Amino acid sequence: MARVLVVDDEPNIVLSLEFLMQQAGFEVVTAEDGEQALARVAEQAPDLVLLDISLPDISGFDVLEQLRADPARARLPIIMLTAHGREVEREKGMALGADDYVTKPFSTQALVDKVRTLLDEAS
Amino acid sequence: MVLGIAFGYLALLFVIAAWGDRRAEQGRSVIGSPTVYALSIAVYCTAWTFYGSVGRAAEYGPSFLLIYLGPTLAMLASPFVIRKMVRIARAQRITSIADFISARYGKSGGLGALVALIALIGITPYIALQLKAITLSHAVLMNYPEPPGLRLVEEAFWDDKSFWVALVLAVFIILFGTRYLDASERHEGMVAAIAFESLVKLFAFLAVGVFTVFVLFNGPGDLFARAAAHPQLNGALSLEAVPGGGVGWVGTLVLAFLAFLSLPRQFQVLVVENVDERHIKRASWLFPLYLLAINLFVIPIALAGVLLGDPGGDPDSFVLTLPLSAGLEGLPLLVFIGGLSAATGMVIVETIALSTMVSNHLVMPLLLRSPRLHLGSRGDLSGWLLGIRRVAIVMILLLGYLYHALIGDSYSLVTIGLVSFAAATQFAPALLLGLYWRGATRVGASLGLIAGFSVWVYTLLLPGFAQSGWLDDAFLTHGPMGLAWLRPYALFGLEGWDIYSHSLLWSQLANVGTLVGVSLFTRQSRLEQTQAALFTEALHTSLVYPSLWQGQTTRGELEALLNRYLGAPATARVFAGLERQASKDQAVPPEVIARAEQALAGALGNASARVLINSVVRGEALDLEAVLSILDTTSQMLEYNRQLEQKSRELAEIGEELRSANERLRELDRLKDEFVAMVSHELRTPLTSIRAFAEILRDSRDLPEDKQRHFLDVVVLESQRLSRLIEEILDLARLESGRLTLHPQRLNLAALARHSVDAVHRVQEDRGVALDVEITADEAPVIGDPDRLEQVIINLLDNAGKFAADEDPRVLLRLEHHKGHYRLSVEDNGPGIGEEEREQVFEKFHQIEQHGASSGQTRRRPRGSGLGLPISRGIVAHLGGRLWVENAPTLGGACLVMELPVAPADSERQEVAKANKTPPER
Repeated sequence: MARVLVVDDEPNIVLSLEFLMQQAGFEVVTAEDGEQALARVAEQAPDLVLLDISLPDISGFDVLEQLRADPARARLPIIMLTAHGREVEREKGMALGADDYVTKPFSTQALVDKVRTLLDEAS
Repeated sequence: MVLGIAFGYLALLFVIAAWGDRRAEQGRSVIGSPTVYALSIAVYCTAWTFYGSVGRAAEYGPSFLLIYLGPTLAMLASPFVIRKMVRIARAQRITSIADFISARYGKSGGLGALVALIALIGITPYIALQLKAITLSHAVLMNYPEPPGLRLVEEAFWDDKSFWVALVLAVFIILFGTRYLDASERHEGMVAAIAFESLVKLFAFLAVGVFTVFVLFNGPGDLFARAAAHPQLNGALSLEAVPGGGVGWVGTLVLAFLAFLSLPRQFQVLVVENVDERHIKRASWLFPLYLLAINLFVIPIALAGVLLGDPGGDPDSFVLTLPLSAGLEGLPLLVFIGGLSAATGMVIVETIALSTMVSNHLVMPLLLRSPRLHLGSRGDLSGWLLGIRRVAIVMILLLGYLYHALIGDSYSLVTIGLVSFAAATQFAPALLLGLYWRGATRVGASLGLIAGFSVWVYTLLLPGFAQSGWLDDAFLTHGPMGLAWLRPYALFGLEGWDIYSHSLLWSQLANVGTLVGVSLFTRQSRLEQTQAALFTEALHTSLVYPSLWQGQTTRGELEALLNRYLGAPATARVFAGLERQASKDQAVPPEVIARAEQALAGALGNASARVLINSVVRGEALDLEAVLSILDTTSQMLEYNRQLEQKSRELAEIGEELRSANERLRELDRLKDEFVAMVSHELRTPLTSIRAFAEILRDSRDLPEDKQRHFLDVVVLESQRLSRLIEEILDLARLESGRLTLHPQRLNLAALARHSVDAVHRVQEDRGVALDVEITADEAPVIGDPDRLEQVIINLLDNAGKFAADEDPRVLLRLEHHKGHYRLSVEDNGPGIGEEEREQVFEKFHQIEQHGASSGQTRRRPRGSGLGLPISRGIVAHLGGRLWVENAPTLGGACLVMELPVAPADSERQEVAKANKTPPER
């Protein structure tokens, strides 16, 4: 069973994502800031990360950069979640090696589809 | 004995003058020092100062100081006015004020003669005054303690000492004023002697002053204390004692200012005798300092004279009678010498200046025109010139004596002096306007002088004659032919002014009015235009003195002319640089003709020199067109340049303004974008949860009931959060645009605080926060909007609850009175807010970092919008209060303090409520 890491500092958003992923048949790990996210990736080796950009400590971009710097995580599928709907941010995220980019508020069905596709490609 | 000492002193002066002249010939000038220049200007202080100031102080209090404030002001302006005059005088070889004015208005002979004549009439009384002072002081010295007992009119003139004084002075002045004829018309020896005399008179006056204050009295304190106790002196020193009141003050000040610049002797030492224009700088403060020193003891001596001397005695003699009354012999003699210095200094310089004017502008032009004398065909005329000067000197002094003998008794020293001053001020308009207004014409200046002088004669001189019994004085009180509005002391019904201010006003009005009025309607000749331009532009360094002669003459002719008037050595200097062997028939270059004219002007004045040169130069005399076009081009270029510079400066300024406005706009635009991005970010967050759970609830029909309820609760909560956020954003927008409507009213902050605490109590309790309240002021009246204030307090309590410590979270609300304000503070026991973050928390959407709270967190912290504090601060500011962060004194965490002013008493409430409706400046 694929494992998905949900990183967001909004408890209710984490709650909704956790429910959606579990319902889609994935195992879910959560983190509420950047440091926690890096720790969870190291401990739990998730197959995919849903990563919010505005985090209380380090930003989602920093987390993305650090993950990509590690060769072992170079191919780890990462979907950026953001409330900033700006084109610049999307481009920045893609340039840093994100696999996809989702603007809040998102369509739950589309997000689940994206996660499925990426996991299929990875395996 | 006294006469012997006086003669000895004059001899000493002569030695100094001779020494100064010899040094000048050797090229080691003794007057090449700014200090000597400043001291020579002190010839301003005559016997009138030496004796008369004390007399005037005894009679009219401190008004005598105005006579010295005027020159002080003039010296302050000297870098502009006097420097300009000196530079012109140097370039044009000016010999006197008559020459100066004549040169300015096209080298007009008539105008020069007019100035010389007015000077002669106006200044003669002043010379008379000096003669009177010398005779009188001598009589006081000899006859003390008897009254001086002079009855001039009854004596035959050969029994009158002043007659002999005048003659001795004449001889003396001839000896060192006209020893030879110098083209530069400078008298270095004389200037050195005058500077020496200035030192002597200052020393003598200070000596009497020190003697009076420290020997006759025990210092200034004692003197003034006794004067204050004296019934007659009480109030004598008040400023109201000036004749004519405020008008008298201004009038005397203006009189002295103008006279200082236009008295012939002042013009002589200030301008003609100036050897280096850099000297003006030191003189501009040294001379006022001299005036201060010589006036220092005037009031003490005047007071002492009235206190000790017989009050019936003449106050003009106090400087002499005070040391005499103490039985001294040496000091009175020193004073006499000091007075003699003051008097002779003035007489010497004035007579030399006047004799130069009389010979150059009155006698010589007449002689040159008189065909019977055949002057033009005579040989060496330089002896003639000196002879004319010498005769003029004797005549001037005899005139002074006559005035003294016939009229001098009826006027006091001061009165005679002021009458002379008033005459000299008639030159000021032609002189000063001529320096700055190119449009002043010869006709205007001449008619102005005549008009001003006529008014002076009518308002000061004739009344003086009348009071001396020369004329029937009925016209003084009733006006001529009974016309009251023509009374000389109340012209056109102007009454209540002192006679000098009265005369000054009317004469200057007539003078300036005529000068300006006539100038506007008359045309200048070409020479006048050139001279006017040269005078008004004199400080332009680029302007060189142009050579005006374009006609032809031979060297032989020019040489012969100069030889006749100047003698061989001076002539040789003019031709220096030209080939010696050159033929007598050789044509002379224009610049040599100009040099010859200048040399002649130095000896004869500008007008006469022009006539003489014209007599030998053939053909077109002047190319004024060329000169004028040079001047015009220069000034047009300057003006054009100035305009260009101004335009480009203005352009640069506009550009700068545009740039900064643009920058401001861009910054505002950036802030707006940032705000919109933040708002959208903040709105998207709750919206994300709402949409996600709504879709979950829609798509998963088989959800357990408790999950469904939980998710629906989240949707409701996040919707509320969304509404709250929108409300806050709107508040903020209203605050920033100044459209927030508050309803200020008088309220009790203590009650409001308790009410707010009750409102949040339950929520805080749920979160495990212990909330304490400490209200020391039960009645805390403030002006505020209760709903908005409650919003602020709840926001503060809410924030504190969020940031209180994880373990045993505590919040404390405190309300106390503090210096006309009520302070409501809310503190917590959390980590506190760092110094650098204390202002940032009031920025929009600022989120406080919750250090160490991410891991092992035991309590859920509700996230704020980051708008609560900015809104709170805006509301408090609208109510005239302040909101800030500091360290919590009790709980150790953060402490937010709100301060509001105590509401005024009921009666003022209306006004304050009104004032609160207009938001304060932000």
